[in-house]
Amino acid sequence: MSDVQASATLPVAADRADDDRASGRSPGTGSGGTGRDRQARPRRPIRWGKVLAWAVMGVVLLVTIFPFYWILRTALSSNGALYANATSLLPVDPTWNGFARVFGAQSVEDAIADGGSGAKLDFWRYLGNSVIVATTVTVFQVFFSAMAAYAFSRLRWKGRDLVFGAFLLSLMVPVIFTLLPNFLLVKQLGLIDDLFGIMLPSLFMTPFAIFFLRQFFLNVPKEVEEAALVDGASKIAIFFKLVIPMSTAPIATVSILTYMTQWNDYFWPLMVSYTDDSRVLTVALGAFRAQSPSGGPDWSGLMAATLVAALPMIVLFSIFAKRIVANIGFNGIK
Amino acid sequence: MAVSTAPPSTTRGQGGPSTRSAALSRTRRRPDDTKLALLFVLPAAIGLVAFYFWPLLRGIWLSFTSWDLLSPAEFVGLDNYRQLISDPVFWNAARVTVYYVVLNIGAQTVIALGIAVLMQRLTSSSVLRGIVLAPFLVSNVVAALVFLWILDFQLGIGNQLLEWLGLDRIGFFTTETWVVPTIAAVNVWRHMGYTALLLFAGLMAIPANYYEAARVDGASEWRMFRSITMPLLRPVLGIVLIISVIGSFQVFDTVSVTTGGGPVDASRMLQVYIYDKAFAQFDFGYASALSVAMLVILVVVTFFQYRLTRAGQSDLN
Repeated sequence: MSDVQASATLPVAADRADDDRASGRSPGTGSGGTGRDRQARPRRPIRWGKVLAWAVMGVVLLVTIFPFYWILRTALSSNGALYANATSLLPVDPTWNGFARVFGAQSVEDAIADGGSGAKLDFWRYLGNSVIVATTVTVFQVFFSAMAAYAFSRLRWKGRDLVFGAFLLSLMVPVIFTLLPNFLLVKQLGLIDDLFGIMLPSLFMTPFAIFFLRQFFLNVPKEVEEAALVDGASKIAIFFKLVIPMSTAPIATVSILTYMTQWNDYFWPLMVSYTDDSRVLTVALGAFRAQSPSGGPDWSGLMAATLVAALPMIVLFSIFAKRIVANIGFNGIK
Repeated sequence: MAVSTAPPSTTRGQGGPSTRSAALSRTRRRPDDTKLALLFVLPAAIGLVAFYFWPLLRGIWLSFTSWDLLSPAEFVGLDNYRQLISDPVFWNAARVTVYYVVLNIGAQTVIALGIAVLMQRLTSSSVLRGIVLAPFLVSNVVAALVFLWILDFQLGIGNQLLEWLGLDRIGFFTTETWVVPTIAAVNVWRHMGYTALLLFAGLMAIPANYYEAARVDGASEWRMFRSITMPLLRPVLGIVLIISVIGSFQVFDTVSVTTGGGPVDASRMLQVYIYDKAFAQFDFGYASALSVAMLVILVVVTFFQYRLTRAGQSDLN
């Protein structure tokens, strides 16, 4: 898998070779060290530049990580104490009450006393909704996309290039433009405020998933496929028993990315969901924030809710970090 | 997207025409898979037509109608567009959005490029890359809420810090001058690592011997950055820019959660305005016309970017 990825990452720049400014001054002088890792830097006398570079890198990492820590620190503080001690780096008056509020496990009186709005919030439900939506969409979208990718890569049929071109075209359609009409369609189908309505538009495919998987399916060796054909396997069997098992790595990558996208989506679910029946975490977070008394917001509750929304992705990521990071080079879609 | 579609032909020897001819000469059977293929493409094709092409056409049609969802849509010709041209809120939204995109993309690109070059020169540790990517994992809503808290006027640690430094507190989300830069900064935080990794992938494609040669010639780091890194990274940078600008124009989540478009109209970006028109005022016709206007802006901007950055060509030889 790794070599496939490497080759897919590089050609972005290496592909088309036209004019040249750099080539004039290029190799020759580079001596024999080229075969080694590009990271190999000769030890240079001046180290200050490097120290400075690491310092800058340190600042970048600090800025990246600090907000995460601040979520945790605030979520574990009791809301009342935050007002007296806003700058403490450790949780102030540590408590789980923020989480209790978020999951509706705190009585209304206590919640209001702690600075919450007292409105009924049931994050277990939203968490469940998010899991259902993200999981269902991922399963169907990746499977349907894989089927299409198989047809575009390993099957021979009339009009293949034409149809593929149509899919390519769909990459150009900006998301916003489809949102309003899609909302109307979902409304006409009677799926407003329904989890299925949230899932429907992304259930069938994304152009990205198709292209991504197609690249890998193209790489399944022809010989293996032919051997299976000779053994009497059908094309369908080849898809399920050969192509899919041989492509677990890219399929996993696409699945994780789909899951993340779906989990983090806000605009579309906001349009479709009105009640707890179909409210997903992102939308619930927005609602929580909107309900929060504006005079003295329930910061610890809000941060606890934020943590609940963010944590699954962080866990998922830490499990698959290497794979995602390695693939990011050609996942050029926001 | 071009990043993902560019690879195949040159790098992979197999796939494409060469395989086809090889297979042709070898096998006796020339099976036609049309039936099976149609079956396999069908679900995706339904999705394509129902949720990409049909809405596209329908959106354009709706922009010529007046419709509040209750009574049937009524064809009004160019009325919506006439209204749009003389709508100060639209022009304000367009201005605010462009202002936002310039701030967001400007800062994000410079910072991401910095991070990418630092990573290239310092380390290729995947742990470090993982940390850098972390903000991208959380939703816009989460990012928005965290910074709403960190930058809170009274209690936010950010404002406390300003006070320590002897500066005045800033109403980051509540003053008209600060709100757009603040929202831009929040989204820079979320996207800088991801953008850096995209650029990093491009940097890895620059042959190391260019740098070695330059070093032998006694070039400084800055000189190498200007004369090697920048010119050779240009196509990747161009594509990354195009993708991030398109994404940036569609900003909604952050605004919706933090300010809802305020104070006054200071952060009412196009998307927010479209949402308001459609779901607060149920003016679907006009909202569709706004979407078309936004689409036009996007196409024009993308076209010029593509031309300016010459993203389709490479100087790498």
